[in-house]
Amino acid sequence: MTTSSSVLEFKSSTFFSPILILYSNDLAAIEQSLQDKINRAPDFFKNSPLIIDLRELNKSGLDISVIEVAGMLRKIGMFPIGVRGGNEQQDKQAHKLSIPVDAGRENDSIVATSAAASRKEIETQALEQDSVENNEIRNPASSASRIASVSTPPEPVRSMLITQPVRSGQRIYARGDLIVMSQVSAGAEIMAEGNIHVYNTLRGRALAGVQGNTTARIFCLDLQAELISISGDYKTSEHLTEQIQKRPVQIYLQDHALIIKEIA
Amino acid sequence: MARIIVVTSGKGGVGKTTTSAAIAMGLAKRGHKTAVIDFDVGLRNLDLIMGCERRVVYDFVNVINGEASLNQALIRDKNCNQLYILPASQTRDKDALTLEGVGRVLEEMSKDFQYIVCDSPAGIEKGAYLALYYADDAFVVTNPEVSSVRDSDRMLGILASKSRRAERNEEPVKEYLLLTRYDPSRVKSGEMLGLDDVQDILSLQLLGIIPESKSVLSASNAGIPVILDEKSEAGQAYEDVVARYLGEDRPLRFIDDKRGFFRKLFGGRS
Ligand SMILES: Nc1ncnc2c1ncn2[C@@H]1O[C@H](COP(=O)(O)OP(=O)(O)OP(=O)(O)O)[C@@H](O)[C@H]1O
Ligand SMILES: [Mg+2]
Repeated sequence: MTTSSSVLEFKSSTFFSPILILYSNDLAAIEQSLQDKINRAPDFFKNSPLIIDLRELNKSGLDISVIEVAGMLRKIGMFPIGVRGGNEQQDKQAHKLSIPVDAGRENDSIVATSAAASRKEIETQALEQDSVENNEIRNPASSASRIASVSTPPEPVRSMLITQPVRSGQRIYARGDLIVMSQVSAGAEIMAEGNIHVYNTLRGRALAGVQGNTTARIFCLDLQAELISISGDYKTSEHLTEQIQKRPVQIYLQDHALIIKEIA
Repeated sequence: MARIIVVTSGKGGVGKTTTSAAIAMGLAKRGHKTAVIDFDVGLRNLDLIMGCERRVVYDFVNVINGEASLNQALIRDKNCNQLYILPASQTRDKDALTLEGVGRVLEEMSKDFQYIVCDSPAGIEKGAYLALYYADDAFVVTNPEVSSVRDSDRMLGILASKSRRAERNEEPVKEYLLLTRYDPSRVKSGEMLGLDDVQDILSLQLLGIIPESKSVLSASNAGIPVILDEKSEAGQAYEDVVARYLGEDRPLRFIDDKRGFFRKLFGGRS
């Protein structure tokens, strides 16, 4: 017998998706630019879900049709799953395509102009880098705009504690600090908006301060990482010298350079 | 209730089917009613290794689709009456298996069997996912080389996040390491990773080391699980694996390079 309780279940969960921020309404140029990215990392973008962010466009008074953007995205193999920052017309178009509209964040989306400018800077930097991972991190970084307006005090974020091994292919994202007690395998990726502590061997990628916090640090007992990054500045294993491996270290940012210091 | 064991690896050709046949036989020989299921739809070969390929009438997909009953499809092993084989379909493709269908069949089998061994296909796609989803225990079969270790690590991540136990927030799937095709002389010469190197990366409970052995091939050609070849090192190593899985304490064997001494003496390469 099938009772209503066994047919389905609701769970609250978060869904990780890149956000596509448009600065131009030239559809052909957008497609070209995306295609370039896809060519560089086909596996990463194939069938990727995507949220279309129209806030910047509307700020500059540029109009674009959600129907056309969504059509173009689907054509090149991406799945638009949400629209935000659109005007009334664009929201209607999204509804017509059954694409959800995220309207509930108007409050914390107010960003000081200077911050917006620097965000754009970061964005172009990211575009120039070959590393997809950086792009991907950048996208939520530049768009989530957690720099809240004065009227909404920031919600407190607690740190996240992981006690199970983080295996190849797994990703972890912490809104605050991330503390990992077990090993992080090669091919795993751990990210935090705050600091990262790994009380074990770090073989995968670790990205701290992913929303732009340049004071974030990475601490780890045994550094054998594939990549370490703070606020987008990164080093790959190629540039990690042998002598700091297997020693407890801390990593921080100084004038856009990653400093790796043994913890004495 | 049966204990469901998945034999998995990510990488292909590392010895999953050999291991599934051996441990299923080992458990059954000790009197535990055991079934072994081939999840490799389209590439079935568990039935060959079990030597029952000529007795296959119905298969796993037929049972899922309701075209045959479990009793019609299960093949009783010729050497051990506590062991049953559920073969894969050779003519269908992987999409013939569904999560719900697999769950239904496993649930029905659970009433009757003590252990159900699921022989996973290679890869991390649907077939491998279906084989591990309902598991209680996972035997992660790994060869002592970098790509196999990496794939095992990936598989462990999937077990920890995608299995039913993970989804339901139950006690996690119990994970065991089985290092197979271990060749001590090649470990010594640095061509292969040693146990320590592998454990450095995976840090799992080690269930056993199966040496590279010619008897594995002859056993599969004869259609008899290698564990029944009591003279072979691989057979004995699998016997140890089953014993350790059931809680017995057994020292590790077959990890030293016996030929090393002679090689040093004569300076040969062998
Ligand atoms: N310990 C061993 N010594 C020597 N040969 C072995 C050993 N284990 C497995 N083999 C051989 O390796 C090959 C692959 O084994 P098997 O079919 O069990 O692997 P598998 O992981 O099931 O492969 P697939 O991923 O294709 O399903 C076979 O030829 C088998 O005889
Ligand atoms: Mg196989």
